[in-house]
Formats: sequence, C-alpha cells, structure tokens
Amino acid sequence: MGKTITEKIFDAHRRDNPTPDNVILDLDVVMCHEITTPIAITDLETRGMDRVFDPDKIKVVIDHVTPSKDSKTATQAKILRDWARRHKLRDFFDVGRNGVCHALFPEKGFIRPGYTVIMGDSHTCTHGAFGAFAAGVGTTDLEVGILKGVCSFRLPKTIKITVTGSLPKGVYAKDVILSIIKQLTVNGATDAIMEFVGPVVEKMSMESRMTLCNMAIEAGATCGVCLPDRVTAEYLWPFIKDEYASLEQAVTDFKQWHSDPDAVYWKQLAYDVSELVPQVTYGFKPDEVRDVTEMEGRPVDQVYLGSCTNGRIEDLREAAKVLKGRTIADTVRGILSPATPQVYNQALAEGIISIFMEAGFCVTNPTCGACLGMSTGVLAEGEICASTTNRNFNGRMGKGGIVHLMSPLSAAAAAVAGHLTDPRKYL
Amino acid sequence: MKNFSGKALFLDRSDINTDEIIPAKYLTENTKMALQPFVLEDLKLGGFDPRRDVAGKGVVVTRANFGCGSSREHAVWVFEVNDINVVIAESFARIFRQNMYNCGMLAIELPREEINTLFGLGDDVEISVDLAKGELTAKGSKSVTCRFILNEFDRKLVVAGGWLAYADKNY
Repeated sequence: MGKTITEKIFDAHRRDNPTPDNVILDLDVVMCHEITTPIAITDLETRGMDRVFDPDKIKVVIDHVTPSKDSKTATQAKILRDWARRHKLRDFFDVGRNGVCHALFPEKGFIRPGYTVIMGDSHTCTHGAFGAFAAGVGTTDLEVGILKGVCSFRLPKTIKITVTGSLPKGVYAKDVILSIIKQLTVNGATDAIMEFVGPVVEKMSMESRMTLCNMAIEAGATCGVCLPDRVTAEYLWPFIKDEYASLEQAVTDFKQWHSDPDAVYWKQLAYDVSELVPQVTYGFKPDEVRDVTEMEGRPVDQVYLGSCTNGRIEDLREAAKVLKGRTIADTVRGILSPATPQVYNQALAEGIISIFMEAGFCVTNPTCGACLGMSTGVLAEGEICASTTNRNFNGRMGKGGIVHLMSPLSAAAAAVAGHLTDPRKYL
Repeated sequence: MKNFSGKALFLDRSDINTDEIIPAKYLTENTKMALQPFVLEDLKLGGFDPRRDVAGKGVVVTRANFGCGSSREHAVWVFEVNDINVVIAESFARIFRQNMYNCGMLAIELPREEINTLFGLGDDVEISVDLAKGELTAKGSKSVTCRFILNEFDRKLVVAGGWLAYADKNY
C-alpha cells in the first residue's frame, strides 16, 4: 500500500507510538514568537527546567506587536529576547530584522521538504508549501517541543485536493483557497491534511503555495501541503546549494517525499478554477464566501494589505498594478504592511512602495499588527475593512469591526473605489 | 486530577472561535490569572452576558467545532482560571482540543442527539464526569447519563495532569 507525503514524513520522524492512534514525532524546527512563547518560558523557569533541546533547531521572532506598543508587549518581547540570548539561539530576529514569522522563516531557508515543524501559531500550516509537515500548536505543546524536541499527533488522514484548469486573469491563490474553504466549510478538514496537487498548484510560485497552505487551518486542517518540486528547489537553492551537486539532483531528491500513486486518501476533491472569479468573505466565518461581483458597492473604511497570508512581494506587485497612477478614495484609510524586511526592501527597489505612497497608503514596518487587532490598524465599532488577511471573525481586527477577506488585487481595487468591487476592471 | 464537575454553562452555537473566547488584545498578559475577567468577552449570543453568566459554572456545553481559529492556549487557560475544566461539545477544533488535554482538562465529544438532550434539561443543570467509567451524568429537569469515548492517549494526559508531566516522564 502506498503512502502520502505526510505518512512518509511521519514514518521518518516517529519517536514513539503511545497508542495505535497516536504518534510522537521528532521535530526538525520549533518556531517561537512573543505572544505564545513567554508563558512557556516562565513556566519552564518556574519548574526548574529552563533548557532547550537543540539551540540550532529553535527559531525565534518578535512579530505580533513590534516595535512594542506598551509595557506589557515590551515585557513579552524582553522575556523572549532574554531567553534567546541566554540559550544562545542564533536565529533570533528582533526589531529591524523581524517580520511576520510565516513569511520570514521560509525566506531564511529554515523549512525544507520532509521536515516536521511546530509553532505556537495556528498559521504554521503555511510551511507545508515546502513539502513539510507543519502544525500550529498551543503553548504546552510548544513548551514540550522546546524542552524535548517532540510533539504528539494523531495519525494523519489526508484530503487530496486536485486543482485543475488555469487561473483566469485577476484570480489568485487567495481566491482558490477561499473557494475551497467555502465548499469544505470551517470544520470540513478537522484533523486532516489538505494536500494540494494538480497543474494549477504546480505552476504556482512558492509565495502562492504559501497563501494556499496558510488558510488550510480555516477549514480546520492540521496542515496544508504541496509536493516539493523544481519551484521548491529553486526557491531554496541559495540555502541548499552546498548539499546538492545540481538543482536537478535536489529536484530528484525531493521526489522521495512525493505521495505514492497508490496512496490512500480520506477524501479526494477536484476543483476546476478556469471559471473562478475573485472571491470575498461576507460574514464572520472564513467559509462565508461569495463572488466579489455579489458584494459590489459595499463601502469600506480601511484597506489592509499584509500578513502571513498575503504580505509577500508577489502580493505587493499585484496590488501595485491597480494602484499605479491612481489614488485611493478619500473615505478610505489604506495600510500596507510588507511581511518582512526583505519584502520591504525589494518593494522599495522595484518602486512599489512609491506607488503605494503616492496612491495614499500608509506603509508600516513588518508586523502581524492589525490582522488580529493588536496594533497598526485596529478598527472602531462598526467599521469595515477590506483585508488580505486570513480571519474575518467577529471583532478580530478590533471590537465591533467587520473584515472582508480577499486577494491583494481585490483589496487594492476596494481602496481605489472606496467600496468592494470587481478588481479585474483595473487590469 | 482536576475537578470535572459543576453547573453547566450552555453556549448554543457552533463554530465558537478562540477570538470570541479570549480576544487577541488580552494575549499581552503574562499570567493565566490575569485573563480571568475577559472570558467569552466577544461572544455574541442572545441574552448571554459573560460577566453575569460564567460565575459559578464548572462545565461548558456547546455545539460543533468549538474553539476554532487561533492556537492560543489562553482560550483553555481562561476557562481553567474560571474553574471550568470540562467542555462538552459535538466536536472540537484540533488545537483547542489538544490544548485541553495538554493542560489536564477534559474535552468530551458527544453525538448531536445527546448534546440536544443536554440542552433540553433546562437552565439549572449539574454535570459530573466519571473518567474511569467514561460516563457523565447531567441532572436538570431530569437526570441523564451519557457514555463518552476518550482516545487512550488523551486519557493518559488527563490522568498525568497534562502533556508536560507525561512527556517529562516518557521522553
């Protein structure tokens, strides 16, 4: 019987089987940020267990509220910073070098095909784009991960999602994943892996694959995953060039992780995206999704472009296509938050930051910020935001605020129009 | 082990997410106890007032996909510091469910019909859980006993008092 990519990764990392249904996995990477890690650190200290299993496998960033906005967030940052220094964690990213974890860590080459990764952050599923098993966990799982380098999981079951056809102009990975979540619903993939395959996924950049995998959690999935291929190898090449004689060899090596043709899936779904139009959420759940054409004219107060879902260079480039030579509506506050310093720098070099600023956008430093209503763009009661983020929960971006999720192109179009609108007319 | 009994707090909606259980703005707290006043602050349910309705309750009874959204264990701790150590639901989001067991707390899944039965017992319902027997008893307008199945590993975590204690002993 064949195996899925996730079953192969589990096989390669199995430390223990405490019961037939549960697996203890050895971890390749444990990632930490300042919101969910400090309580783990202080708990370990209190217990007299202030140790780390392997300083090279722990990656640390301050990203959710940065630079710190008040005494409490400054304390969280300090706990994390002091801990990273104390244990000589080489990969620690502080103010000036920090960015949104799920955009920053891939850029640094920390995630490889076949890896097991955890973080105290639900969007850790993003890293499955590299052919890894990456799961969001709570603080206790994180604490054990830091201390022992292991984490427990139930045996994986996989939904194979084949994406066929070709993406129409103005339609992106974000629209694809929103339409998939709409059909799966917010718990349609609970306890499952969403394996994205097919010609549309194969053609996607790593940035787009990360967008796809990033929102797997919004259907309840443990992880999203794409099969590692030439696109993966090219992205990782600067980091792996000493390990392989050629790019070709890396591509061949990555195939060891590919799901077997006779692998057994829990469910199999197929989507033809050739007729897909830009998608947007309308309610307080990420599965409440409509064609943007059905939401035409809904006014917005704020447009937010950024986050681990859509704050990468490719996202900024697409939005800039709409914003170039245009200004945003007087009634709209536009906020751009490039996800990492590298994205910011690249956008500066390409003139994209100028395009945003001339259009009337405010540009913030890289941070998670407004996505979860912590800083840099919190909504007031009753305000509406067109956002490239991943959650439209009630109050997510500020108490009483309303969020519509969409692609960077659709968000830029909403900024120019002052209301939700079909972005394709600006292309 | 923790106390697994108490008066029921009924939350009659599916997909209650972690932002509703504890809004992100409170994630800057560095102690679990500081979260206590903010439990379920952003949950909009007809007539529900968290400041009035949570006090004195020990068990949450709710619908499907409870705890979806963020990985924040604060959503579990905020119940713990309000003396609620059991959540009974039709189903859970994975991370929330694991966080419960990891903290030595109980996430119990029951079929929809039995959840409906619990919701039909009135407003004043006392629930007690017998972990060894895999049984819970709810006393309201009448008395009901439900069998539940706990994954064997999850049961070990609850008995051990959580994942850290279990992992430290075994790995």
